[in-house]
Amino acid sequence: MADASYPEDLLYHPEHDWAKIDGDVATFGVTWFAQDALGEVVYFDPPEVGTTVTKDEPYAEVESVKAVSDVFAPLSGEIIEVNTALGDSPETINSDPYGEGWMVKVKLSDVSETDQLLDQATYLESLS
Amino acid sequence: MTVSEHARIPMQDDEATTIFEKGAPGRRAFVAPPLDVPQVDGLIPAKFARAEAPKLPEASEPEIVRHYVRLSRRNFDLDSGFYPLGSCTMKHNPRLHERVTALPGHAKLHPFQDPSRSQGALELMWNLERALGEVSGLPHVSLQPSAGSHGELAGVLLTRAYHEDRGQQRTTVLTPDTSHGTNPATVTMAGYKVVKVGTNPDGGVDVEDLKAKADENVACLMLTNPNTLGVFDPNIEEIASIVHGVGATLYYDGANLNAIMGISRPGDMGFDIVHFNLHKSFTQPHGGGGPGAGPIAVSDRIEPYLPVPIIERVASGNGAGPTFTLVEDTERRPKSIGKLRGFQGNYGTFVRSYAYICSLGAEGLRDASETAVLNANYLLAKLHQDPEVAQYLPLAFGKLCMHEFVLSGAPMKKELQIKTLDLAKRLLDHGYHPPTVYFPLLVDEALLIEPTETETRETLDGFAEAIGAIIREAKTDPSIAQAAPYSTPVRRLDEAGAAKQPVIRQPLS
Repeated sequence: MADASYPEDLLYHPEHDWAKIDGDVATFGVTWFAQDALGEVVYFDPPEVGTTVTKDEPYAEVESVKAVSDVFAPLSGEIIEVNTALGDSPETINSDPYGEGWMVKVKLSDVSETDQLLDQATYLESLS
Repeated sequence: MTVSEHARIPMQDDEATTIFEKGAPGRRAFVAPPLDVPQVDGLIPAKFARAEAPKLPEASEPEIVRHYVRLSRRNFDLDSGFYPLGSCTMKHNPRLHERVTALPGHAKLHPFQDPSRSQGALELMWNLERALGEVSGLPHVSLQPSAGSHGELAGVLLTRAYHEDRGQQRTTVLTPDTSHGTNPATVTMAGYKVVKVGTNPDGGVDVEDLKAKADENVACLMLTNPNTLGVFDPNIEEIASIVHGVGATLYYDGANLNAIMGISRPGDMGFDIVHFNLHKSFTQPHGGGGPGAGPIAVSDRIEPYLPVPIIERVASGNGAGPTFTLVEDTERRPKSIGKLRGFQGNYGTFVRSYAYICSLGAEGLRDASETAVLNANYLLAKLHQDPEVAQYLPLAFGKLCMHEFVLSGAPMKKELQIKTLDLAKRLLDHGYHPPTVYFPLLVDEALLIEPTETETRETLDGFAEAIGAIIREAKTDPSIAQAAPYSTPVRRLDEAGAAKQPVIRQPLS
C-alpha cells in the first residue's frame, strides 16, 4: 500500500473522492484516505460508458474485505471512459489511488460545479 | 522465554488432509453381514443407475473419529471459549434443550404426519407463538420464516401487501446508517429502494433527518432498538409517530432483543412488525447455515397478510381439550402473502426455544436481559478502568450501553500503528474469539462487543486484561499484533485472495 498522499493538482469531495480537471473532462477516483479506510479492495463494480452521473450521488461500488461501499461522483456529467483494468486488478485502487487506480472519465455538464469542491489544503484540514 | 516469544511459535498441526486422502482401499468402519436373502436387481431403471461405483472414503472407525475430532479442534466455538461477537448474541445453549429436542416424539415426527396425530407438536408451536407475542407486545405470530433474514423479508413483504391492499404503491424503505447489513439487502429483495437515515450525536436516529425523509413514498422504517451502537433510542415514540404519520409501517429488527426481554416491548413502542432470531435471544445454537427460525410477530392491521400455514386453536365444547389445526387454504386466508417455505417450519428450533422460555419463565427472561446489559456495562467499565485502554479504544457513542457497546480503534491505529483487525487477530492468541470488527460502518475502526448474560465475571475480567496486554505489547512492539495470530491452526489469512480467487474444490486423486 502506498504512503498517505494528497496531490495538490486535484480537487477533492468530502466523501473522499478526487477529480482531476482537464478542460470539460474530469477523471474521478477515491483518495488515499478512502482506500485506507476501505482496506484491501477485492471488487470494483464499474458503471457503463454513457451513464449520466450526478454530483454527490453514487456512480459505482467498491467491495473491500470489510464492506461494500458506494463511490460518489464529485461532479455531474456523462461517463466517456471506464478504467476496465480495475475489473481484473481492483487492488490497484489501494496501491495507486491517484494513478492507475482512476475509475472513470466524465464529460462535465457544468464545469462551474468545480467551485464547490475542496482544494488539497481544505480537504486535508477536514481529515484531521 | 517470554509469553510473546512463546506465542510466535506456530502450531505444528498444519495437516490439511481430507477424509478422502485417509484410509486405504477396502478398509471399512462397518462390515455388513453376508446377504441371506435372494438378491433383487433391476429395481432402479438402468438410465438412473451409476455406471461405476462412486469414489467414497474407505477408512476405519478410529480414523474417521480422529479425523473429525481433529477438524473440530481447529475451530473456535462457543463451547471452547468466550465469543463476544457483537450483535450476534453468542450466549450459552443449555444442554437440557438438546435432550428435550432429542425425545423421539419430537425428533421422529414426520412432516407428513397428519395434524390429528401431531397435536402435541402443534400445541407446542401455538404456545411458542403466544410466548413470543407476549415478549414482543404484538399478538399475531408466524413461526414460518426460517432465519432472521427470512423474517425480515417476510416483514417487508407484509408491509408491501398492507400498502397494496389499501391501493398504495410506495417505493422506499428507510433504514438508519447503523442498521444491520441484512436490512438494506431485504429492502432491495422486496423491490423497494433504500433511503438512509442519519444518526444523532447520542447514537440514536437523527429525528430531523427522519422528518425530512419521511413522506408518502415511504413504505416502512426498519429499526433496531437498541441499535448496533448498543444505544436504546429514547425518541422511539416520536419516531413511531413520524413514521405512522406518513402512513408507513414501523419494523423492529429483533437482532438486539436480548437487551429488552421482559423490560420493554416493541409493540408498546409502536412497532407493527418484529422478527425474532431464535438463535440469538432464545438459545437455538448458531448453525453454519443449518435449520433455523426467524419468527415474526405483527399488529392487528398486519395480521390478515401473515404467511400460511397458520396454527388455529379450536376449543371443544364437550369437555375435552382444545384441538389444533393448520390453516392454509386461500378462502380462509385470502390476503395472506402465501407460503414462505415447505412444510411447517424447522420444528427442532421451536422445541429448544420453547424449552428455554419455559425454563426461565417471564421473570427469568427479564433477568437474562438485565444481566446481559449489566455484563456489557461491567465489561465496558472494566476495560476503561485501564487508562491506556480508555485512551486508545474510546467508546464511540454515549457513556452507558445496553447489551453491547462499540469502541473505536481509531486512536490505537493512529498512535500505536495497530488496526482493529490486528487487535482482533491477537485476541485469538489469548484464547478469545474476537468481537465484531468494522461494524457498524459509521464508526471508524469499530469493535462491537457483546458479552451476553451467560459469561462469568472472571471471564469478563480475563478478556479485559487481554485487551490491556495487547495495547501495552503494541506500545513496545506493534509488529507482534500486526502479524498475529500465532497459536491458531492457520496464520493471518489472505482475505483479499479468498474473496478474489476462492479455492472451492479439492480435486480427488
